[in-house]
Amino acid sequence: MSTLSHSLAALAKAPTGIEGLDEVTEGGLPRGRPTLICGTAGCGKTLMGIEFLVRGIQEFDEPGVLMAFEETAEELASNVTSLGFDLKQLQADKKLRVDHVHVDRSEIEETGEYDLEGLFIRLGYAIDSIGAKRVVLDTIESLFSGFTNQAILRSEIRRLFRWLKDKGVTTVITAERGEGQLTRQGLEEYVSDCVILLDNRVVNQITTRRLRIVKYRGSTHGTNEYPYLITEDGLSVLPVTSLKLTHEVSNEIVSTGVPGLDEMFTRGGLYRGSSALITGTAGTAKTTLAAAFALESCRRGEQCLFFAFEESPQQLIRNMLSVGMDLRPYVEQGLLHIEASRPTLNGLEQHLVTIHKLIGQYKPQTVIIDPISNLVSVGSLVEVRGMLTRLIDYLKVKGITALFTALVSGRNANQEMTEEGVSSLVDVWLHVRDLEGIGERNRGLSILKARGMAHSNQVREFLVTSEGVRLLDVVLGPTGIITGASRHTQFLQEQALATAAQQEIERRERELERKRRVLEATIANLRTEFESVEEELRQTNQEEEQRREDLSQGRRQIAKGNPAPLAGNSPAAPTHS
Amino acid sequence: MKPEQGEDTSGTAYVLHLYITGVTPNSTRAVRNLKDICDRYLAGRYELQIVDIYQQPEKAQEARIVAAPTLVKRSPGGARWLVGDLSDRERVLALLDLTPDPNDPYLHG
Repeated sequence: MSTLSHSLAALAKAPTGIEGLDEVTEGGLPRGRPTLICGTAGCGKTLMGIEFLVRGIQEFDEPGVLMAFEETAEELASNVTSLGFDLKQLQADKKLRVDHVHVDRSEIEETGEYDLEGLFIRLGYAIDSIGAKRVVLDTIESLFSGFTNQAILRSEIRRLFRWLKDKGVTTVITAERGEGQLTRQGLEEYVSDCVILLDNRVVNQITTRRLRIVKYRGSTHGTNEYPYLITEDGLSVLPVTSLKLTHEVSNEIVSTGVPGLDEMFTRGGLYRGSSALITGTAGTAKTTLAAAFALESCRRGEQCLFFAFEESPQQLIRNMLSVGMDLRPYVEQGLLHIEASRPTLNGLEQHLVTIHKLIGQYKPQTVIIDPISNLVSVGSLVEVRGMLTRLIDYLKVKGITALFTALVSGRNANQEMTEEGVSSLVDVWLHVRDLEGIGERNRGLSILKARGMAHSNQVREFLVTSEGVRLLDVVLGPTGIITGASRHTQFLQEQALATAAQQEIERRERELERKRRVLEATIANLRTEFESVEEELRQTNQEEEQRREDLSQGRRQIAKGNPAPLAGNSPAAPTHS
Repeated sequence: MKPEQGEDTSGTAYVLHLYITGVTPNSTRAVRNLKDICDRYLAGRYELQIVDIYQQPEKAQEARIVAAPTLVKRSPGGARWLVGDLSDRERVLALLDLTPDPNDPYLHG
């Protein structure tokens, strides 16, 4: 069984070359078969068709035929010039043929039986003349406005799709979205291989285009609605990369730019390529922390891209200068790029594409978005989450370290933005908050999570000083960690205690010194006493010895028998004495 | 059965191009119908060109042919595309601005 299933060739696919679409379709459109692209007016059906052809020619060397029922070759060529597609040149190179099929009810009269063989011949001729592998029929439904005999049209269109399949050309058929069905004329029943639906929605005055693969026979595919954009480089379907979690990871550590904060992570910083989130209520120095991170990245000589959704670059630079962080030199060196715009400027997807594009342009190692919570003003929570998922995935795949800030409102209030929304996506979550005590507010910072490393569990008070962000040492009071004025009080108390202890030590030292001196005096006395006794003893001994000597001499003389010739030759010294 | 019926348009020359696809039934009928109309109504004042687009596919695009067979009336008047096998004689005559001949056996009703 398994050998059989291995020998069966998977469905051949023709890559479209359209950014993102090949990921969503897992390889492209079904090769040699028709694909229906339907959608409402202005959602880019024709553009998708043309890009399919142009990319096919440019990237896969597959010539193509464009059969346009609505616009002339001239119009089409000028429409896509802005995207950098030079249809004229491609036609001159015999890679592309554009055939405008003009169908005008006022010029056409039906006089009996007919078929659409003329169309087949034109198409066949165009395909054969350049060896086309791809065909786009741009809104074939226009035929329905030119001919009245529906029965003939339907059977002929069915025959056309069959014929295109037999020819082995990969075909894209565009059709207008109909009421209650995918296309106005129900073309979806003729194209059973692949149907892609394009949608153009306006929610809160912001347009979002979405793409969905309604069906793809014989192939798995992404089933979601994927936002897509028409950019100056053509269509771009998002997500580009978020379908799998297979990115490389780094073990390298990068500093957060705040020394004390680095120490709170056991490894001394964040992993390169990870994404961090700083949440906090208003005025808790989220932007300052973000700027410190940016500055640190620039100090390492790495490119940093800073998306500011609240402040202009000048304002950001000025404000950061006031806390001792001078961003200007790095901006001038071209290491730091500050992109400021209002979130409402674009739809979410447009933001995403702008971010993608700037990342592609600057190739930063660090990306900062300040804040992401503002984007909720553009889309719903679900949409923002979707966008951020794609963005974070994109950054991770690129190995870019990312830092996001998010505003959370009040205590225990609406925190779903972060708690349910994004926190599961990020690797490191820092929370800054007001530690409100009696008559004052202090800023506290804590790490809620840090994937892949242990971290401090403390709430650290920090100060935003004119030299930057400084984390204060932890002070433990009777009721836990204390901050602000209590910290000061505690400090003074501790100082007084320390002084007292110092004085006590000094007093004891003096006491000891005194005792030593007494001891030493006593020792000297004893020694003197001992010496006099010793002297006396020695004196006594000497006298005793002298006496014994004299005595023994006297005895010797007596033994000789001659009483001493006292003035004679005997050298008897003691007698003199 | 003489073309005296269409007096009002007798002076104008007709330029007709018929695009057919080989010898398919529709095309064969179209040729037969058109020949009959020309003989009956336009004797001596028409210029007919029959193009087989199987043989000359490049002509199809030039003449903006979608359906087959198609008769393109270039003149008199504006260009008109008469699609089909031309079996609706009454309609064809009206479109060509010709007065129907009561003796025309193909006119039904």
